[in-house]
Amino acid sequence: MITERPIALPQEEVQTSAAGSKLPRFLTHMALMTMAVLMIFPLLWLVSTSLKHPSKQMLWPPQLIPNPVYFKNYSDLFVLTPMANYLINSLKISVLSVIGVCFSSSLAAFAFARMRFRGREVLFGVLLATMMLPYAVTIIPTFVIMKNLGWLNTHMPLIVPAFFGSAYFVFLLRQSYRAIPQDLFDSATIDGAGFFQIYYKIFVPLGMPALVTVALFAFLGSWNDLFGPLIYLSSQEKMTVALGLTYLRGRAGTGVEKVGIIMAGSLLGVIPMLILYGFGQKYFIQGLSRTGLKG
Amino acid sequence: MGWLFIAPVVLGMLIFQVYPTLFSLYASFTSWNLITPPRWVGIENYVDLVTTDRFFFKTLWNTTRYTLGVVLPSMAIALLFASLLNQKIRFKYTYRAIYFVPVVAPTVALALLWGWLYEPNFGIINSVLRTIGIKGPSWLGTTTWALRSVIIMAIWAGLGFQIVIFLAGLQGISQEYYEAAAIDGANAWQKFRRITLPLLSPVTFFVLVTGIIGTFQDFALVWVLTQGGPANSTQLIVMYLYGLAFRLQRMGLASAVAYSVFVVIVGLTILNFVLSKRWVFYEEGN
Repeated sequence: MITERPIALPQEEVQTSAAGSKLPRFLTHMALMTMAVLMIFPLLWLVSTSLKHPSKQMLWPPQLIPNPVYFKNYSDLFVLTPMANYLINSLKISVLSVIGVCFSSSLAAFAFARMRFRGREVLFGVLLATMMLPYAVTIIPTFVIMKNLGWLNTHMPLIVPAFFGSAYFVFLLRQSYRAIPQDLFDSATIDGAGFFQIYYKIFVPLGMPALVTVALFAFLGSWNDLFGPLIYLSSQEKMTVALGLTYLRGRAGTGVEKVGIIMAGSLLGVIPMLILYGFGQKYFIQGLSRTGLKG
Repeated sequence: MGWLFIAPVVLGMLIFQVYPTLFSLYASFTSWNLITPPRWVGIENYVDLVTTDRFFFKTLWNTTRYTLGVVLPSMAIALLFASLLNQKIRFKYTYRAIYFVPVVAPTVALALLWGWLYEPNFGIINSVLRTIGIKGPSWLGTTTWALRSVIIMAIWAGLGFQIVIFLAGLQGISQEYYEAAAIDGANAWQKFRRITLPLLSPVTFFVLVTGIIGTFQDFALVWVLTQGGPANSTQLIVMYLYGLAFRLQRMGLASAVAYSVFVVIVGLTILNFVLSKRWVFYEEGN
């Protein structure tokens, strides 16, 4: 299932065209543009709705740019919900998860890529197999473990498992560590460096792009997760953004005039990810481009 | 020494993957409410699921329709747009970056947004339809439209992911094939059909298998958008499992549902691998 074929990265501008080279250029652009509008318009509408006065939500033709710009949706939001708590909790859980998952996964990836020990191949195979396990199968016993540890309604169940790494990230990092020349490893060994030094001084810096990709995806997974917070957290001030938002509709009320508050909350949940995506776009897309090809 | 480095990951695998998988198999043969210890009941849970349970097959069927409805159309659309992007074209990486935006945003926030877009009277979708003389349905409020509506949103939310993977796959195909075909006078469709599709097939296969496994377990999007309604028409299997386990504390029955999901997913994956022999093509020397 896994091949070691070197993969062309998307940034290489070598290809001319595959399908549709004869398509008139403007038709192609029309199609691409239409899709771009379909993808981005809902998000612009989210921004617009969140800044609109309740009485302007039902206008037709609609105001894309709210007039007047109405910030009270945001202050109402912070009155209705402990939104600041949600954001801080999400940030705390996501950052700690990222640290944990990066450390454990890269350590294991280094060992699987460059160290010799009994059972290495078998263990790696088993690890890959666990990626296929549906979370439905593991969630109930995991919940019971957390309950027995007394960790219900704490952030522990959402953070601690990350410190045991993730099979998928081990796989990703191992790919990148295997691309680091064996010579570097050998000469460092001759110079008397220990395994941990080699890992820390050579593989971590040289494998940084892959590690950044892992960190971003781990943050994304943690920030956007609903199922975990839903089963583990019960008090409002402990909730994450994703979970808190699900309560927002009930709290704001269902009337159309309240929609601005709900959209304000949603936007605050989206913005941190957009910022991260803005800075790390390259890593998100390259990382994905590389894994997708391991058919 | 190597064992020390992999110790956390191996421990994690044992504690959070292997042990739970085995334990939930055992639990699926018990009656268990978390308060008293599990009581062995044999295959009773499974018998209940296939004979008396009103929701099991209903949610399984909904989930199957949802999965096929999301995975197949989005693969077709993603392949089309990846092909369009795989040309010498201005702004190609800008387009790709835009298509990827919904992938990084929290599903919960996007689902709340789409709930507003779908709002029957004042939502932007029906407002636009009204101006061109179409009376839009109550998207999320009718059993005919609710599942279709969640499918549309799910396609929108996941499309960029597939486009990125397909585009990377297309860029991995050597230009030599196309040049040779051009010399032989092949047209664009022939090149797509005879070169692109076969050489892309391992990537297509990857997207199909991971898409089915992932979509079959979707939860957040539908949970927020419809809560499974109206009349359970959008109730998916993981939502059902959540209700049994964490609302009703019927852990034994929920574990049986979980194992059914497991069996279905493994079955579909094996089926995919078997069928793949007919259409997935690996290049020589791979």
